[in-house]
This record gives sequence, structure tokens and C-alpha cells, in this order.
Amino acid sequence: MSAVTTVTVRVRAFARMRELLGESEFELVLPDGATLVDCWDALRARNRKVDALAPSTRIARNGRVAALLDECVAEGDEIALLPPVGGG
Amino acid sequence: MPLFAIVRDPIDPRTLEAAVWSEACGGVVIFLGVVRERAGDGRPVSGLAYEAHEAMALAEFAAIAREVHEKYAGVRLGIVHRIGELRVGEIAVAVCTAAPHRAAAFDACRYAIDEVKARASIWKKERYADGTGEWVSN
Repeated sequence: MSAVTTVTVRVRAFARMRELLGESEFELVLPDGATLVDCWDALRARNRKVDALAPSTRIARNGRVAALLDECVAEGDEIALLPPVGGG
Repeated sequence: MPLFAIVRDPIDPRTLEAAVWSEACGGVVIFLGVVRERAGDGRPVSGLAYEAHEAMALAEFAAIAREVHEKYAGVRLGIVHRIGELRVGEIAVAVCTAAPHRAAAFDACRYAIDEVKARASIWKKERYADGTGEWVSN
């Protein structure tokens, strides 16, 4: 019997993304080998309305904004969802 | 106080100034971003709610400081941004520059606040007098 391996990442959501997802911080359990695209799909499953924000939201993995969403996530990663900023 | 900070309590610009200034500096510029009473579209604002990814925002402040030091020799810089619920008239951000002469202090301060607004991982929600609110980006 083979165990299905998973990775658990910590999602941090800000501003409108936080409101749509209902929490500022939560864990996502994804299949081993999951990418940031899979991560986004899991977020859509929580609230389809995040789709409207997809074009303007940047995703940072461990503090670095991902240029492409095909990179794999690893156990314990922080995945931050960053809508357009509004400081100052 | 640290030269780069995200804080929850009111900002004291003089404390930041004291941290930034050195005896080599004859010019000090302090920019304060303050909560104003009306939104861009004229709606009355009761306050602003700010939040930040603090580690990423601080990393951006440090990156902006490196750029400032490259562009403007001899300039010292401090950036403090407040988060949480702010009322009209409260300081949301303070940027302080100090330099041997005023031109570099002015230019560096303008550069730093523009970059903070464009790049730092900080968000604000306008709270309107009618109880509604909206996230606004720069």
C-alpha cells in the first residue's frame, strides 16, 4: 500500500484577497509536486470570486514574487497573495 | 528607533529625524503622508485601514534605501509606515532624508516616497462616512 505524499503550505492573503478567502492565514494541503497553479486552483475552490483578482494579484513564494506560476511548492512554503499595493 | 519600520502606534516624525540626522547633514527633509478627509472621488472619508506583509515591506524599504544611496551620495534615509486603523489627520507614513545639502535631501525624499507607494507590500482600505469601504491602490 503506497501512501499519497502531500505538501502543506502556509497561505497569507492580504486586502481584498483576505476578505474573499475569509482568513489572513491558513494552510493548504496539496499533492506532492504541486505548482503555484495548483495552489491557485485550491484557492478558487474556496471562493470563485478570486478569479476576478487573478490578473492583478502577484504571488510570492517565501517572500519572493514568482515570475511564473509553474514552479513547484515545497513543504512549509509561505505563499503570499499580493493585490495591487496602496501604501502611503 | 530603527531607520526602517512598520509600526502600529502613532508615528513621531521627530524621533525618526533624530535617528536619521548626523552631524555631516545640513539639510533634513521630512515627508509625512497624512489621512485626508476626502477620497479621490470626493467622498467623505472617516479613516483608512492599513495592512502589510511586514517582512516583504521592510525588504522593499531596504532595497529602496540601497537605490537612494547609489543615486544620491551622502544621503541618510529613514522610512516608517503605520498599519491598523487610522483617523483623519493621523500620519500613515514618514520618510526622512538628511544630506550635507538640501538638493539631495529633497530629491532623495521624493524618490523614496514614490517608490514606497509603488512597491511596498502595504494595502489601504478607505472607510467612508456611510459605513462602506473600498481597497484602493496607488
